[in-house]
Parts: sequence; structure tokens; C-alpha cells
Amino acid sequence: MVSFSAVAKRYPGGQTALHDVSFALQSGELAFITGRSGAGKSTLLKLIPAIERPTSGSVIVNGQNVGALKRSALPYLRRNVGLVFQDQKLLYDRSVYENVMLPLTFSGQAPREAARRARAALDKVGLLARERSNPIQLSGGEQQRVAIARAVVNRPALLLADEPTANLDAESAARVIEIFVAFNQVGVTVLIATHDQALVERFGGQILHLEDGRLQ
Amino acid sequence: MIGWLHQHRRALGSAFVRFARSAGLLSTLVIGVALALPAGGYTLLEGLRGLSARLSFAPQISVFLRPEAKRAEADALGNLLRADRRIDRVRFVPREEALKELSAVQGVPEVIAALGRNPLPDAFVVTVKEDALEPIAADLGRLPAVGHVQADTVWARRLAALAGIGRLALWLLAALLGVGLVAVIFNTIRLQVLTQREEIEVLKLIGATDAFIRRPFYYLGLLQGLAGGVVALGIVGAGLALLNREVRTLSESYGSGFHFAFLPPGDAFAIVAFAALIGWLGAYLSVAKHLREMDPD
Repeated sequence: MVSFSAVAKRYPGGQTALHDVSFALQSGELAFITGRSGAGKSTLLKLIPAIERPTSGSVIVNGQNVGALKRSALPYLRRNVGLVFQDQKLLYDRSVYENVMLPLTFSGQAPREAARRARAALDKVGLLARERSNPIQLSGGEQQRVAIARAVVNRPALLLADEPTANLDAESAARVIEIFVAFNQVGVTVLIATHDQALVERFGGQILHLEDGRLQ
Repeated sequence: MIGWLHQHRRALGSAFVRFARSAGLLSTLVIGVALALPAGGYTLLEGLRGLSARLSFAPQISVFLRPEAKRAEADALGNLLRADRRIDRVRFVPREEALKELSAVQGVPEVIAALGRNPLPDAFVVTVKEDALEPIAADLGRLPAVGHVQADTVWARRLAALAGIGRLALWLLAALLGVGLVAVIFNTIRLQVLTQREEIEVLKLIGATDAFIRRPFYYLGLLQGLAGGVVALGIVGAGLALLNREVRTLSESYGSGFHFAFLPPGDAFAIVAFAALIGWLGAYLSVAKHLREMDPD
């Protein structure tokens, strides 16, 4: 599903975020990226949907070398990769439902089918009852679940999450992780970056531990 | 196909919302006022052209004989003129007939009575085949018994030339304002892009194509242009209505029903289409420049 070989990422100005990173993620796998903040977890995740491009080495997603993709091909790559961010990146000028609908407005679904999928996604994260609320009215954990619903509404094969539980209390964090696990159980490949060691130990799976941009 | 239509409808809908909410109305007004200048000038010029079309532009020359010339000399000159290949038609106006025409004008008979004789010479009105009036007029001036030659239509042609210059000036003005208005829309759309920055960034991250992200901005520019064109027509219409009240008073005193007509539908449509094009172009340039800057990578 995802494979990195000898990937390095240097930012302009000389700061090196990743050194010689190689790993492979099988389809249907649940894996964690761990490490202190600044270890390169976010950079690694951003290379997969080509939000960043590697300085050297290759990043293969679904058989495509994403580092070499043309700009015009990126949207179609990203539609097949669900992204969840630490700061949810929800839009606060519209309802929860409209936030979840957003990826369906351009993916060519008929309106009725799109509405059905959006409600199904909200149902899976347990927020169907809040579809008309503005995200600002929801708690941090609920907002993170809306973000997950938006990430999975296009039924991506791969789900990436960058510190999805960082700002949440233990109970909300557990709820969010359980949702990821549930998606993994129906075949979605899930990769979660976190510094929460307890979480990782509880759910197991492949662990990619980063220290100063190197895999340990 | 249906999905595609749906996307366009959605883009248009969101453009309408932005248009109604934002500074779209202000830039519409700017476009309207700016385009009203050349559009109004054009309307006036077209009105004047309609007026001057009633004047004769036929290439005519009046050939006046010397007052003391005999009728026999006039006949000889007439034969000479008819023999000239450059001349199409010759009409003889005897001095008696000229006097009768002139006498129809109020006040003139008294003047003539005071003179005690017919002051007018015999004359020929010559229509020439070619456009070069002046050289022909000069040649005719050298013929025997000719006292004075006048190319009647020269002033009318000068008027037409002047109108041509006016039209050219209006085109230049329209072109300059067009460039300025593209810049106005460019800036309006830039502000709108900045306002929606967060939404655009999220859309890029979740896989929206550039075309999808740009579309509402194109529609927004187009709407502003269209509305601006309509405002321009409104301003021209209102200005003409005011102007015509005065013009009617004046033209009635000349016994004429002249007034400035509103633009014909084709021209009005062209103005709105031009404004819409400006709006779209401004949006296109602005979006092309500013969305690239927002790439997450």
C-alpha cells in the first residue's frame, strides 16, 4: 500500500527532517508512527499525499511514485487518502453535515447518494444527531470525529492521522482511536502519528519509531 | 454529466452568495460608472450621426458664374461640364430660380427689394463621380465665365471625420477603462481568495481539483462584470432621459423631433458582454496568480 525507500527530506535552509527512511505498509495494516515532537512524524505523513515532496528517495502509494506526480494528478491521489489533522481543519462557516459533504461536492456523486454517504459517515463516528450544529459548538473530541467522518466519506483505502488525540482528554482520545480501529477492521489501511506510548501499546500493530528524522 | 452540471450550479450558487454578501456590489458600481462614460459617449455620437446622415454627403460642387455672364456663356459652360468624364450629373440653376428659392426665406425679399436687382448669378450644381472633390473644383474654377466654385459637402465631410475621431477616442477610452477595470476585479477577487483562504487550503488537502476551486471565483468575476454592465446601461438610460428633456425643447424650436435614442439592443448587449468579459478576465488572472501561492507544498 505504502512504501518508502531511502527517503530524505531537507527543507530549504538546511534543516533535515528525515534521513534515509525505508519501510513498507501492507494493505489493511494498522500502524503507528511514534517519536518526540520534531522527530519528523508530520513530515513523514505529509509525504504520502504529496503535501510535501521528498528531497531524495521514493514514496510509493498504491503503486504510484507520488514524489514524481504532476500537480494536476494530486487531487486524485488525495481523494484516495483520508487525512485527519491535529487541528481538525474544519470550516466554521458551515454545519457539521456540510463539512462532511465537502469531499463529495467534487467527486462526482449524485446529490442523493452523496447525502446518504455523508450521513453514514457521521453515523459511524456517532455524530449523526449533531449534523446541523456548527463545529464550533462541539467539543474537541467531537470535532476530531467530524474530521474523521470527512476523511472517510470518500471511502479511501488509506487513512492517515497526525496526532489525532493530542488535544483530547483520555476518554475522548480512546473513543477517537476506537473509530480508527473500527475502520481498520473493515479493511482500511490506517497510519497514525502519535507521541502517546500507552495508546500504541494497547493497539499494537507495526510501530515506526522516529528519532531526529531516523527510523529506529 | 449530471455531476458536472451539479458542480457548476453549486459554483454559481456560491458565487451568488459571495456576490450578495461581499464587496462585489462596490466593484459592480465601479464598473458601471466607468463603462457608462464610453457607453454614453457612444450613444450621443450615434445620435449625432443619425442627425448628420440626413445631410447630403453626395460629392457635389456648386459652380457659380460671374454675375455679368450671358446666358449663352452659361450654355457653353454647361456643354463643357457635360463633356467632362469625371462628372456624373449637371443641374443648371438659373439666377431667377435661385432668387425664387431664396425669397422663400423670411426677411430676404425685403433685402432683395432694397438691392433693386437680382444679386444672384446663374449656377450649376455638379455631382462628380470621384471622391476627389478639391482637384475637380480647382479645374472647374479655371473654366471661362466661372466666378466661384464651392465644394458644398466639404464641411459635412469634416463633420463626419470629426465624428470618426470622436469614435476612435471613445474606443481608446473604453480600452483604457477596460484595463483599469480588469485590475479592479483582479483586486476584488484577490481579497475574496484571501477571505476564503482556509476553505481553499482544506479543499486542496481533501482532493479538490484546481478547476473546482477556481470555478466559483470565475463566476463571481463574471457576475460582477454582468451586473456592472447592466448598471452602466442604467446610468446611460437615466442620463439620456435627463438630456432628452432639454434636447426636445431645443429641437422643437427648430421644428425637428430630434432626440437621443437609447442604444440599439445589439449594442446594449455588446456592452454587457464586454463588462462580463472584463469580470471573467480579472477573476481568471487573479485566481491564477493567488491560488498557486496557496499550495500546501
